[in-house]
Formats: sequence, structure tokens, C-alpha cells
Amino acid sequence: MGWFKRHIYPDFYNAYAETFTHPNNSLDTTRFVVFDTETTGLQPKTDKILSIGCVAITNGAIDVADSFERYIIQTQFNADTVKIHGILKNGTIVKINQHDAIIQFLDYIKNAVLVAHHAAFDVAMINQALKQMALPKLKNKVIDTGQLYKKTKYVKNQKHYSLDALCHLFNITMHDRHTASGDAYLTAILFLKLSALLKTKKNRELKLRDF
Amino acid sequence: MKNTIAERILDFLKNFPPFDALTHDQLFAIASQVKVLYLEKDSFVFRQNEELHDSFYVVKDGAVGVFRGTKLVDECDEGDIFGLRAVIRKDHYLLDAKTIEESILYSISSKLLEDIINNNPKANQFLIASFATNTRNPYSNEDKGTLFANEAILKPETSAFTEVQSAKYSKNPIVCNTQISIKEASLIMSQNKVGSIIITEDKLPIGIITDKDLRNKIATGLHSITEDVEAIMSSPVITFPENISVAEAQIAMLKNDISHLCITRDGTIHSELIGILSEHDIIVIHGNNPSVLIKEIKRATTAKSLKFIREKAQELLKGYLKQNIPISFVSKIISAINDAITKRVIDLSIAELDKQPPVGFAWLAIGSQGRKEQLLYTDQDNALVYEDGIEETKTKAYFLKLAKAVNDKLAIVGFELCPANMMASNPKWCLSVSDWQSQFTNWITHPNEDKMMLCNIFFDYNIVYGKPSLVSQMSDSIFQAIDNYTIFLNFMGRNALKNPPPLSFFRSFLVEDTGEHKDQFDIKSRAIMPLVDAARVIILSHNVKDFNSTIARYQKLIELEPQNKELYESCIYAFRILLRFRTKQGLKHGDSGRYIDVKNLSKSNKLKLKGCFKPIKDIQELLNVRFKLSQIL
Repeated sequence: MGWFKRHIYPDFYNAYAETFTHPNNSLDTTRFVVFDTETTGLQPKTDKILSIGCVAITNGAIDVADSFERYIIQTQFNADTVKIHGILKNGTIVKINQHDAIIQFLDYIKNAVLVAHHAAFDVAMINQALKQMALPKLKNKVIDTGQLYKKTKYVKNQKHYSLDALCHLFNITMHDRHTASGDAYLTAILFLKLSALLKTKKNRELKLRDF
Repeated sequence: MKNTIAERILDFLKNFPPFDALTHDQLFAIASQVKVLYLEKDSFVFRQNEELHDSFYVVKDGAVGVFRGTKLVDECDEGDIFGLRAVIRKDHYLLDAKTIEESILYSISSKLLEDIINNNPKANQFLIASFATNTRNPYSNEDKGTLFANEAILKPETSAFTEVQSAKYSKNPIVCNTQISIKEASLIMSQNKVGSIIITEDKLPIGIITDKDLRNKIATGLHSITEDVEAIMSSPVITFPENISVAEAQIAMLKNDISHLCITRDGTIHSELIGILSEHDIIVIHGNNPSVLIKEIKRATTAKSLKFIREKAQELLKGYLKQNIPISFVSKIISAINDAITKRVIDLSIAELDKQPPVGFAWLAIGSQGRKEQLLYTDQDNALVYEDGIEETKTKAYFLKLAKAVNDKLAIVGFELCPANMMASNPKWCLSVSDWQSQFTNWITHPNEDKMMLCNIFFDYNIVYGKPSLVSQMSDSIFQAIDNYTIFLNFMGRNALKNPPPLSFFRSFLVEDTGEHKDQFDIKSRAIMPLVDAARVIILSHNVKDFNSTIARYQKLIELEPQNKELYESCIYAFRILLRFRTKQGLKHGDSGRYIDVKNLSKSNKLKLKGCFKPIKDIQELLNVRFKLSQIL
């Protein structure tokens, strides 16, 4: 029974981990949380999260009331990316520190299935933040809409599947592009469309493992 | 906490009724509770007899068809609401709702809807109205008084002033920037022959210099003409939005002891300057009110001066419509002015002929003018009746000559000659009482399509000038003939069903009963005339004289058939809305307002018009049953 066997984690983390003790495999009751992060750059190791935007999907509907949007106080500032995400170092938006944002994020997502476009990056950003807090990685199942798109085989040999390209392909009106919540919402619509497509392709109701 | 998604949803919803009537906070509360659904083509949102969902729906993208069985009842496109009736009634669904394209829908909880209903009367009225148009039996007691987007909504909220007429301001005011000298500014004023100049910065008005400032501050030696305009300008300026009423303008001028008001885009000093309203403009407007106009008409000695007065009346009409003055009031005033002009023209023409009429006569306005429903400039439609006498040929010649003079003068005033020659100068429509009587009898006892059209025009007459007893004799003969030949009413009823109203609007199209799409809407023949024709035939069937305007006819019918009160009331509302709509269209495009380009209709106007289709359908159904038309069709 060494210290390495069982860490002592803070209450908020234990509460988060607790939500995974009752596995849920029914698609109807599964809560999906579509999320996106805006960051100072593309290097999870060195770049910082500027904002996190999430919206939940339950029962096939995007539930705007079940959404999450936080902006994080910056210690590091990369002027180059401001023109993409538009978040100024000292803007008027209410910001909180990253530590609190992560606590609130875990409390919000619980055991939901996470959905993101090119999810690996966003998950890595969150995991990096968790690591800084001496916490383990996210425990959630993750769906990447980029991968999901490939599964639908909607267009053969489609090389580009950036969020922009897919929104264009699926006729999704782009609003608030490059805000975490705006991108999360677009990704949520894309996720609904891709799921419908996959269902048509499989010609049966979908199961969680289809994603 | 920032909520980008809810804000985006709010931005969408706020463009559409009833959400446009909500406050930002109310709407934000709704937007942040929306559920967003994605449905593939041909998916059901709900089905007939399905248990009530706890929400109603707004189409965000795509389109949803509402079906009764396989029959399309309505098509909903972006911004349309559906599934509302059941939610309000707390009843299961009566219809199917199925996507006819891949769609994104906003589902809004009915609990939130209740809050809107309880807290926002304007939105409430809209919701009730739009839901009433979907009811199976809108005349049931449950819906009493809630049938229609009541004209009351259109009336100004509070009208503390009697002079609610819109003040006409000068557009393109003369402006200069802050850096120029008083001398330069004065030169600009002189060049443009104006008594004031507005100093602007980024199009925002920041000060004003008037002749009075030049007199009091320059001529007295207080300031030099080389100083900047800022030295003497009055600042800040008093601003108002463009729909300022005469009374408001007068009060503002008196209160601030100023002679000029700046008109800005939103009425504050923080928006773009779009015009200036001077005391002089107000005095000019004062000359432009109905009683002054009628006095001027009575004094006019030439058709040209009458034309000028009629043009002023047109301005008055625009102001009234802008201020949302009730349409029945507006049409009374405009008709009174038109009648006064016609009377004056007749007097002038008689004087010109230099011979008094040999026998008594009456000048009749017919068609829409006879019904007093003509607000825009239009063709002349008139007729003349004279007493039977001995020298018929000579008498007729006199009246034809008189009528010709009147028609020509009216044309100068601006009422174009009727291309179909439905005018008193046409020998066919300038007849003695007995000739009119036999003509009417002939139309009634031997009806055909042409004669039916004539009946529709000539039965709507109104005396403008002359002996009322002659008109009364004409009416008597009509009723007598109908009494002896009642099948005529069936013909007339059938004629009134020629043009059923369309079903609905879908994007830039009009949806026909057949599911066909059209891009132009003939508001006259498809909506206004069906209501006019129905009122005429039903009132004739009751044998009542002297109700020659559509609204008066329906009002009389409410009295005669209290059991159909709801239906006739809804017809009156629909008629008022349609008439107002057509008049506004006509003024906007400088035409008869008859053909409406569906593409350019706003969502709320589409909904408003759509609300009018239902009463038309219902009144046509009543005609069908009452005159047993299905049997003779």
C-alpha cells in the first residue's frame, strides 16, 4: 500500500470520477457533450486554453440550457492568435482562472460522451491542464466528428475535413466561428447530421459502439 | 455569464413574430432554453392524435409541411411556428407535421410560452391570432373575440395628441463640419437658400446655426465672422425620430424655445442625421388637414387647383397610414375629399355649360369608389341618373355633355379616365331612372358573366351629387327584381366564389390549394374582392338598402345574423388589414398596389396576410352552403 497505489485527489475530482461507476450503454439516455477549446496555439505542451465552450445533446436534441462557456485569465499571451479567436488579454468578457475553469468543466461534463472536431487536440489541451493540477487524464469516452465523418463515407476520397470544410459540405450556416461555444454548436449540428447519415448507412438504430 | 449559443438563437428569433415583440431579456430567457433538433427529410415532428409534446416548434433551417391526412394544410419555412395550437389547447395533435426538407428546428417549452402569454399582451395577441387560423372551427365560443390579429394591435399604443399626423420634414438637410468659419457656413446657407445649417461630426448632429443666431450673435458684434461655427452654434440639438407627430414637434419647439428639430435615424443625438423639421414646415402641415382641404376645395375655381389639393390629400393619406390611424377613419376622410372634389367639379362644369340641368339628376360613384374603399388615385368609375321627362333626347344630350366636362376635369385632377369607359359620359351609363330600372331588371333576370360583372360594379353605387330620391328608386327596382327572380342570388353567389384565397406563403412563393407555387399575389382579386363580393350578395339576399360599403355591410350582417357574428367580424378585420396593406403597397410603389411581389414580403406581413385567408375561406364556404352552390356548379 504505497503512496503510488492510491492518490488522494480533491473532492471535485472524486465527484467527477464517481459518475463513471455506473456505466450507461443506452444511446437514448446518453448525454453527449460537444466541446471545443480556443487556445493560444497548437502545442498542448506549451500553449494555453483561452476558453472552453460546450453544449449537451440528450435524446437527439441540442439542449441550449445545458451548455457551458468559460473564458480563462491568461498568464501567457500570444498576439498572433488573437486575430483568429478574437479574445483579448484584457477584454470585457468575464474570465476566471484555469484551475477554477477545469473544476467547473469536470463538474459540468460528468460522465458524458465527449464529442469534438479533431478531438485529440482538445482532449490533449484539457489533459495538459489536468496534469498541471496533478490530476489524471479525462476518463470520458470521446468521439471525433472528423473520424465519424470518415465512417459515414459520405464522399469518397474527401481529403479535407476541417470543421469549415464539413460545415460547407453539410450546408451548416457558420456563425461565431472560432469562438469555443460557436464551434461547439456547429460541431453539435454536424454530429447530429453525421449520426443521421450513419444510421441511414447502417439501416438500423445506432448503438453507442457504432461511433 | 456569456452565452454565445443563446445569443445566436436570440439573433435569429428576434426577426420573427411574436418574438420581435418580446424584450431582450424575455427573449434571452427563451433562447437559452431552446432545444435544437435536426431532422432528415420526411421525418415526422408529430403525428395526428399523438400525445402533446411539452413544446412547440420554430423552423430554423429547412421546411416543415403540416398535413391533414395526405392533404397539405400549410408549409412552414424559416421563422415559422408550428405545433402551437395543441400546446395552447392542451389537446392532442390534430394534424401531422413532417419535414419536407432536411430541417433544423428550435423546440421551445410550452411553460415558457405561458410566461410570454401572461407577460406580453402584444405577443399574446399574435399567438392567439396565429393559433386561431389553425383551428377547425374558429367560430366556436372558446375562441370568442380572439379570432384575428385584431386591428387594435395596429393602432398607436398611446395617442395623447389629437394631431397624430406625421410631420413632414425636409430630407437632405444642409450640413457643415465643425472646422469651418461662420462666414463659410453663412455662404453655404445663402447658396442653398436655407435659414439654418446643422453642424455634424461623423454624420451625427452636434449643433445648429440659424438666421436668428447670425442676427443675435454676429450682427450685434458679439462674435466675428472669422470664428469657427462652434463659437455660435446651439448645442446639443434637439432630436426626434422620423415619425414625429405634428403635435410632438410643436410641443418640442415651444418647450425648448427653438425653431428647428433634427430628425435622426433612431431619434437620439447618437444616430445619423436624416432631416430637419422647421417651424415653417409645421405651418405648412397645418394647411394640410382635412377640414382645411375641404374648404380649399369649395373655393377652388379650376381643375388645376383641385389637382393640387388632391395631391395634398395624398400626403395626408401617407401620414395617416404611417401613424396607423384606423383604416375606416382614413377611408372616410379620403372619400369625403374625393366627393368634395367631384361636387366642386360638377358645379364648375354646370357653370361652364351656362345652362341649368333640365331635370333633377344624381351623380353616382360606382365600384370601389361607390363603396368608399378607394384610397389611392384610380380610374374614374361613375354613372349618372336623371328624372324621366318629356324631352328625353335633349335631356340626355345635356347630361352627356355635362358628364363629359366632369370626366375631363376629374382626369385633370388626377383621376384617370376609365379604360373600360365605365363613366357617366358613356351613353350606356347616363340614363333616366326608368332606363336604369329596366337595365337592372334585365341584368337580374337574364344574368350572364358580363352582366354579373356589371352588377358587381353598378350595384355598389353611392350618390355624390344631386337628388337622393332618384337613387332610392334605382335601389327599389333592384330589390324588386331580385325578389321576383331569386335564382339571381345563386348566380351572384357563384360569381363570388370565382377566386378562392391562396393557402399560405412559403419562402418567396404563394402556396395554392393545389400545392402549386406562385411568386405574385393579386391581393385585389384573391383576397379583397372575394370579401367584397360575398358581402354584397349576402346583403342583397336580406333586402336591405343603403349599405354600400363592405365594412358597413358586414356590420349590418352581424346585426341581422347574430349567429354568424364571429365570422362577419373576422371578415371585417381581414378586410381592413387587406385594404390598409394594399394602400400602403400602392403608395410605396406608386401603383394600384394590386400585385404583391411575395419575394419582398416580410415574414410578419406574410403572417398578417395569411391570417386574412382563413375568413375568406370561411365566408366562401358559407356562400356555398347558403346558396346551394355545389348543386348549380
